[in-house]
Amino acid sequence: MKRKGWFQVLRPLSPRARLLLGTLSFVLPIVLWSVVSYVPAVWHPQMLITDPGSVDYLQAGMRMNKAAFADEVKDAAAAHKELPKGVPSNPIYLPAPHEVAEALYTAFVTPPPTKDSPWLSQSLWHSIQVIFWGFVISSALGVPLGILCGTYAGFARLNEPFIEFFRYLPAPAFGALAVAILGIYDGPKITIIVIGTFFQQVLIIANTTRKLDIALVEAALTLGTKKLKLLSRVVIPGILPDLYRDQRILLGWAWTYLIVAELIGTTTGITWFITQQARYQHFANVYAAIMMIGFIGLGTDIALALIGRRLFPWDRTLAKEA
Amino acid sequence: MNMMLAPRSLPSYLDQSAAVRARFARLKAREVILRVEHLSKAFTTRKGSTLALNDISFETHRREFLCVVGPSGCGKSTLVRILAGLEEHSDGDVLLQGKPVTAPGSDRGMVFQGYTLFPWLTVKKNVMFGLEVNGKGKHEAETQALQWLQLVGLAKFAESYPHQLSGGMKQRVAIVRALANQPRILLMDEPFGALDAQTRARMQAHLLEIWRQIDITIVFITHDLDEAIFLADRILVLSAHPGEVQELIEVPVPHPRSSAQFITPEFLSTKARLEELIHKGTAHGEEEDADTYHMVARLTDVADSVD
Repeated sequence: MKRKGWFQVLRPLSPRARLLLGTLSFVLPIVLWSVVSYVPAVWHPQMLITDPGSVDYLQAGMRMNKAAFADEVKDAAAAHKELPKGVPSNPIYLPAPHEVAEALYTAFVTPPPTKDSPWLSQSLWHSIQVIFWGFVISSALGVPLGILCGTYAGFARLNEPFIEFFRYLPAPAFGALAVAILGIYDGPKITIIVIGTFFQQVLIIANTTRKLDIALVEAALTLGTKKLKLLSRVVIPGILPDLYRDQRILLGWAWTYLIVAELIGTTTGITWFITQQARYQHFANVYAAIMMIGFIGLGTDIALALIGRRLFPWDRTLAKEA
Repeated sequence: MNMMLAPRSLPSYLDQSAAVRARFARLKAREVILRVEHLSKAFTTRKGSTLALNDISFETHRREFLCVVGPSGCGKSTLVRILAGLEEHSDGDVLLQGKPVTAPGSDRGMVFQGYTLFPWLTVKKNVMFGLEVNGKGKHEAETQALQWLQLVGLAKFAESYPHQLSGGMKQRVAIVRALANQPRILLMDEPFGALDAQTRARMQAHLLEIWRQIDITIVFITHDLDEAIFLADRILVLSAHPGEVQELIEVPVPHPRSSAQFITPEFLSTKARLEELIHKGTAHGEEEDADTYHMVARLTDVADSVD
């Protein structure tokens, strides 16, 4: 395909261009990060002291601003004393890619700081469970309600104005309340995820339901379909592929509430790991943990997309995605 | 050929051969399936109320093929949707075998212009749909569905999904899906409007063949006059704004129909009459459109003419 083919309005890409651009979308940020980390001329606003020389308050391994370091070198030179030595470096909060890559492995095998605190894998598993239950509870209520709102205008009018209002209330605002009612463990965390997901879910699924081609409903009516069967045999199967896509998006939404939710009550899960590591200034571990959330999220979504293609062989939108 | 060039030599569309007359006598002797009496439909909008259909009355007999034609805006789609029970009427009665029509039901099948097969069901399951929602067992529904598909030559596509079929095939499935319920009447709202000319001609012949084989009364909406003459026993001509019955024409073209009849005198005289009626029906509505053509300024060089 020609190069200009990438910028045609609403046209799909060739498989090669898709693969190339898809790879680049990950490679480019990593290249940028590597340049900032490994090329001393780029950024590197600090000096990492390798030899304190004659300056009393310096220690090997310390970082200081380049300007301050230059002053110290000048002073030592003027006094004909031993010069401090250092290499340009980035602040401690920006580890290099290889450090984070290493941490992706070492974080799992490093024992927790105290005996009764969890390993990283246990923390992650705890987070996944909180997300899972939050999303399941939200869906159990939100999907049926959304379908009913989308199907029956009266039902929608009765529910949607209030839901529209409620969805503007930030879920974390209910944190203290949730703790007061449900205690300090997983209850309030799951609740925050439910509150954060449910109201959007009802509105999105109601909208998806309303987009069902009315001609399909009319065709079913002229075939003698009545009331509940219209819902179970036409509306629900008709929206199922779109509903599935909505659920994938909403699951991603639920993940964004995870960190706030885990800070409520006793800090647990991946959030506990992140705050703990940040306290010890193990920033490579912090980045590694944040990335793991990304890997799990993206991995789940890709898996669900593949399953969806299996589940709905008639769906044209999915075929276009592939 | 001379017949086409000299329309004045055409017989009247009212002249019927003895065979055609006898056929209409037999048709009218059959019981009335659908009776429409003084039917009116008013739409209420913000600007007020507009009358879409006004005082429509007609009846169709069992196994009759009735076409409804009229200029755009005559409410022919509204009429067929009222017959189906998808829309309410404002006044008058629609009686199917004497029973008033109030809601959609399996006694009236419908085929729409757009493709309305359920995309999540295979062709076979689409045909089974009506049978199943009306309480037939799965096994019986499947057996019948396969028989229906055989009738329209689509048995080997039973397990395909609708998106794998061509437009004409989709409409054939839609027709047998409606017929599988064994409705008293089949309503068709410009079912071949989206098909290309060749497919449409094949579908028309196909539909006539199906209609001959089974006990079904058809009300067929179209804006294609050739299609109406080719298919219909009688043609109901509507006028626009509001939709009113202009004439119920008995098509003098003998049965069985074939595409060779398109140039017979009966066919041409019927078409001439229809064009006359339709033109009259639009006389006030679309005259203005014709005028606007004269207002288009020439944007090319005088010498660069396409005439």
